[in-house]
Amino acid sequence: MIWLTWRQFRASAVVLLGSVAAAVALLALTGHQVAALSRSSGEGFFDLFGADRAKSTIFYASTIVVYVLPSVVGIFWGAPMVARELEAGTSRLVWSQSITRTRWLATKLGVAGVGAAAVGLFGLALTWWCGPLDDAVAKGYHGTGLFGQPRLWPAQFGSRGIMPIGMAVLALVIGVALGLVIRRALPAMAATLVAVVAVQVVLPMAVQAHLLPMKELTTQLAEDNITEVRAQGEPQRATDPIVEKVEISIAQPEAWITSNITLDPSGKAVTTYPTWFSDCVTGPDATEAEHAAARACFARLADEGYRQKVDYLPGSSFWRLQLVETGLLLLLAGLLTGFCFWRVRRDLF
Amino acid sequence: MSAVLSATGLGKKYGRKWALSDCSLEVPAGRVVGLVGPNGAGKSTFLNLAVGMLTPSAGGIEVLGASPTGRDARRSKVGFVGQDTPTYAGLSVADHLRLGAGLNPTWDAALAAGRIATLGLDPDQRAGRLSGGQRAQLALTLGLAKRPELLLLDEPVASLDPLARREFLQDLMEAVAEQEMSVVLSSHLVSDVERACDYLVVLVDSRVQVAGDIDHLLATHYRLTGPRRDNDTIPGDQHVLAASHTDRQSTYLVRTESPILDPAWDVTDLTLEDLVLAYMRGAPGVTARPTLEALR
Repeated sequence: MIWLTWRQFRASAVVLLGSVAAAVALLALTGHQVAALSRSSGEGFFDLFGADRAKSTIFYASTIVVYVLPSVVGIFWGAPMVARELEAGTSRLVWSQSITRTRWLATKLGVAGVGAAAVGLFGLALTWWCGPLDDAVAKGYHGTGLFGQPRLWPAQFGSRGIMPIGMAVLALVIGVALGLVIRRALPAMAATLVAVVAVQVVLPMAVQAHLLPMKELTTQLAEDNITEVRAQGEPQRATDPIVEKVEISIAQPEAWITSNITLDPSGKAVTTYPTWFSDCVTGPDATEAEHAAARACFARLADEGYRQKVDYLPGSSFWRLQLVETGLLLLLAGLLTGFCFWRVRRDLF
Repeated sequence: MSAVLSATGLGKKYGRKWALSDCSLEVPAGRVVGLVGPNGAGKSTFLNLAVGMLTPSAGGIEVLGASPTGRDARRSKVGFVGQDTPTYAGLSVADHLRLGAGLNPTWDAALAAGRIATLGLDPDQRAGRLSGGQRAQLALTLGLAKRPELLLLDEPVASLDPLARREFLQDLMEAVAEQEMSVVLSSHLVSDVERACDYLVVLVDSRVQVAGDIDHLLATHYRLTGPRRDNDTIPGDQHVLAASHTDRQSTYLVRTESPILDPAWDVTDLTLEDLVLAYMRGAPGVTARPTLEALR
């Protein structure tokens, strides 16, 4: 059975695993250049990295590839696995041999599952390649672009570590399950794409922040920790703009901040800031008088009892969150696998 | 006479429609059984139930003494050639033999290789590039080389041209003569059955209309032609299948175990086709109920 599975699987396996291997080789060959650039450039690393067409292209292309690979696995390995056999009628050939359908499916899922996990290893290769970038983030260097963001950030997190392995395995099983339900290869492939992308969107947006307990930091607002003030109105005009949101930075550049709100003296989240708050905001070319006004403004904020509350996950939680979230993906994959075995034993035409 | 296959009250429902209902049938061992009936009679559904591809909605079926979907199903002892004789288009002939060898503990590699050589198939040829007849032969080879006690064939020749059809059945007969096994072959053509089988089952609207040894069936069915007579004048031991009348003449198709002695009748034997058609027409409910082609 393993031979048959491999015989049916090998053409697409060679193409996909071959491409992934080539991409890993590219990362392996360029990885030391990123490290060298990091050593020679110091604080300007992110700017130089961004200006280096080849390196930033490799970074963005690899990130996209990591996110696309699970869909490819689900579409080309998962969905047709059973659906194509049903379509071609070959299920009647193979299921009337001496082995049970359960063993048939177990072998196919096993072989393809190992393949999917191997595809997901690309995420680990990318994590290694991005090591100097992550180190620079940890040192507090500022960078624009995705590569300058902490690896705990949702957009980065899914392309790193072992998450791609879990995602590829889940995508495979999603494909197989949909193939069993829809029973026709092409519609099953389309549905698989939709389902896998849905998981990839919902997971970071709605689930990721609830997997580990967040740390909480409450501090006073100050001129040197404010990173963002969002306001309505024109800042140059005499009339005071209406401030809607204020965010501060914390001394943990690797952290993933999930909530950054101002609390009023009663401990509730501020929706409208006091009108005099605009004094606290200074531009880059502020005069000494403006700075003095800002200091007074921040002192008044503290006196009246305004504080800033930040929920965050420290950078040290990276691997723990990787384990938990990958575990969640594999748990889902396990449940779907159970469904597949239940379904394949029942009537399929 | 032990039964290799026995169904009692067997039924299969797709959604709300019954593709096969209340089917009771015993298939004796060591025979080549032709399962004939119109399209939609439930032949394919019956065979798929027998091989465990489908599970019954009602009643039960035993194959070689075990449920075909059960834990102790006789998978290695039942061969199956599915409708349209499916093969893997992308795999070569040799790959198919390797598949059979890998998936069947009782695989007879010498038999399989011998058949491929006899048939003149190129082992490196992909199954997708074989002719319909060659593909059917390959599927049959897979069914035969696992050395089954019972071989089930679901309309194996339906898509073949007359020559390939004849060759396939000829080949099947030779294989059956060499290996000791029981065979059930479904077809909607009586000529296929006549060529290959020695036992007939007529399935119409999921019900068994007649089942028996073909020679015996032919020896006990007659066409009676003579002066016009009413049905109630036929003796009780002559079971009337069909009757037609003109002003002066009556024609009856009857089944009887005893000889026809009435000198008024002109007695002729029936062909198998006449016999099957008589049972198909005579089946109750054939026109009253819409038939459903077995879904695949």
